[in-house]
Amino acid sequence: MRDALTLPVQATLARSYARVIWMFRNRTWIIQETILPLLSVAAFAYVYRAMHAPEEYVGFVVLGAAMTAFWFNVLWSMGAHLYWERDSGNLEIYIMSPAPMMSILAGMALGGMTTTCVRALSILTAGILVFDVPFHPTNWWLLAAVFALTLLALYGLGMMFASLFLMFGREAWHTVNLLQEPVFLLTGMNFPIKIFPRVIAGVGLLIPLTAGMDAMRQLMFPTRAYTFRFLSVETEIAILAGLAVVFLTLAKRCLDYLERKAREEGRLGLRWQ
Amino acid sequence: MDTPAIRTEGLTRTYRKPRKGWFRRRPADEAAEFVALSGVDLEVRPGELFGLLGPNGAGKTTLIKILTTLLAPSAGRAWVDGLDVVTEAAAIRPRINMVSGGETSGYGILNVRENLWMFARIYGVPNADIKARIDKMLDVVALKDKASSRVSHLSTGQRQKMNFCRGFITDPTILFLDEPTLGLDVTSARAIRRFLRAWMKERPERTMLLTTHYMAEADELCDRLAIIDRGRVLACDTPANLKRRVQRFPIFELSLAPGADGVAEIGRLTGVHQATKAETPTTVELKVALEEEAAIGAVVQSVVTRGGKILTLKKVEPTLEDVFIELVGHGLSSDDEGVSG
Repeated sequence: MRDALTLPVQATLARSYARVIWMFRNRTWIIQETILPLLSVAAFAYVYRAMHAPEEYVGFVVLGAAMTAFWFNVLWSMGAHLYWERDSGNLEIYIMSPAPMMSILAGMALGGMTTTCVRALSILTAGILVFDVPFHPTNWWLLAAVFALTLLALYGLGMMFASLFLMFGREAWHTVNLLQEPVFLLTGMNFPIKIFPRVIAGVGLLIPLTAGMDAMRQLMFPTRAYTFRFLSVETEIAILAGLAVVFLTLAKRCLDYLERKAREEGRLGLRWQ
Repeated sequence: MDTPAIRTEGLTRTYRKPRKGWFRRRPADEAAEFVALSGVDLEVRPGELFGLLGPNGAGKTTLIKILTTLLAPSAGRAWVDGLDVVTEAAAIRPRINMVSGGETSGYGILNVRENLWMFARIYGVPNADIKARIDKMLDVVALKDKASSRVSHLSTGQRQKMNFCRGFITDPTILFLDEPTLGLDVTSARAIRRFLRAWMKERPERTMLLTTHYMAEADELCDRLAIIDRGRVLACDTPANLKRRVQRFPIFELSLAPGADGVAEIGRLTGVHQATKAETPTTVELKVALEEEAAIGAVVQSVVTRGGKILTLKKVEPTLEDVFIELVGHGLSSDDEGVSG
């Protein structure tokens, strides 16, 4: 039993190492991934200020920019990762290894989460300092739990994308390209989703960022939460937990299906498909 | 009797042209199919260093991919260490590893040691053993001075050496090597061949399946060889037995001092099938094909009796290339098939 747990854990940590080390050896990301998002934050922040909107709305934009970093990481880096691994010749080595492929994907997710947390934290810090966001969380533990659950569900989705990308090749890229902008809208990245009709907001809840951000906003800006909250924090935690289970299960099934199909069709080693 | 390390029964693999697009039908054109392996029956015993020799597109890599659980057979069955490659793939994986020549795996952002550490961990090597194993393997391939270099800064050959190390660090029971010395310099290739022999001797239960284009390498390393072409095994035996197949008469070459005579008489000796003479500025080269090896005594006596002076005497063995040409009909350089084998 111990061995059955040890190998997946050590494979996950080993695989995440390559992603984490990237952050320290390619330090130019600090400029492109902290300063550039702040420019788009500034645009929204000044619009809200010009409209004399409550200062919390500027906080929404800063939080949205930080969470956008996770969405980009899931969509492009996590989703495309197995595809890249195949093109660089690593995928066959992973499939042939005794470690379960889910642990390799988990390693990619863990590495991606770690590096993106640093990016998101940089954006958040810079945003709070530059725009003087009134950030007064009362329950840090609950905030941390919501954040962790959001990431779990989000990276579960990313792990599912990774298998789908590999299965459908470049056509999946175009499809995911189509997802990028609608997701910004549906998740209420820069505004409260309460503004939407309930059906549209309900569709938005299928994306973990929606419930995650709404709950985090309520916990970060509790004094005016009654004005913008869509569902209660408890309900949103339940939704996030459900999404995490669903996406991780689907990711495992997609991965098993992908491996079986790829072995049957001889596509594990085919490059530039 | 021991369970064979590797066994295949009627192993067949057909590749189909992949469907293009999500919603398009697969082309009905059966010509889009390519048979890479056709009814391959093989058995490799534990402790054997078994070679697969064949031209490009012969099916060598396809066979290795099936045995390493990366590819499913279209028909037939295969077992590795007694385990079915389709239904027991997960149980096979902890026992095997594979290295392909010209492989580009690894992460450019990591250095050589980090890359090897990462793959070793994923293959379940205990952390306490990794450093010693990496050091030993880097020594073997003379890459120790590059241990802290980023992989993106390595040459192709150095990267190949790193991947060679990756295959051994996990200490597999059955190792698959697909053209391991492809593109390496002579010194490195020789060091690797020496290491392969030593590695096999170290633990008798280890088994190695090696594909190579280099006949001399196969001859030098392999206990047994299968010659494969167009997905079929044409012959399978020890290198010596395979060579014997193409040699109908033992052949000896005698290098004589100038002035030697009497070749016609040698040709008429009992047990001598044929004798030919060629003169060089410094020697007379006598080549005799014998009906049986014992007749060489009479040949030597005949030369000496006629006052000839023998400078050298050697038995001429046919090469694996002779065997290959006889079985396949062309040499290994015939790369007329575009599909990777």
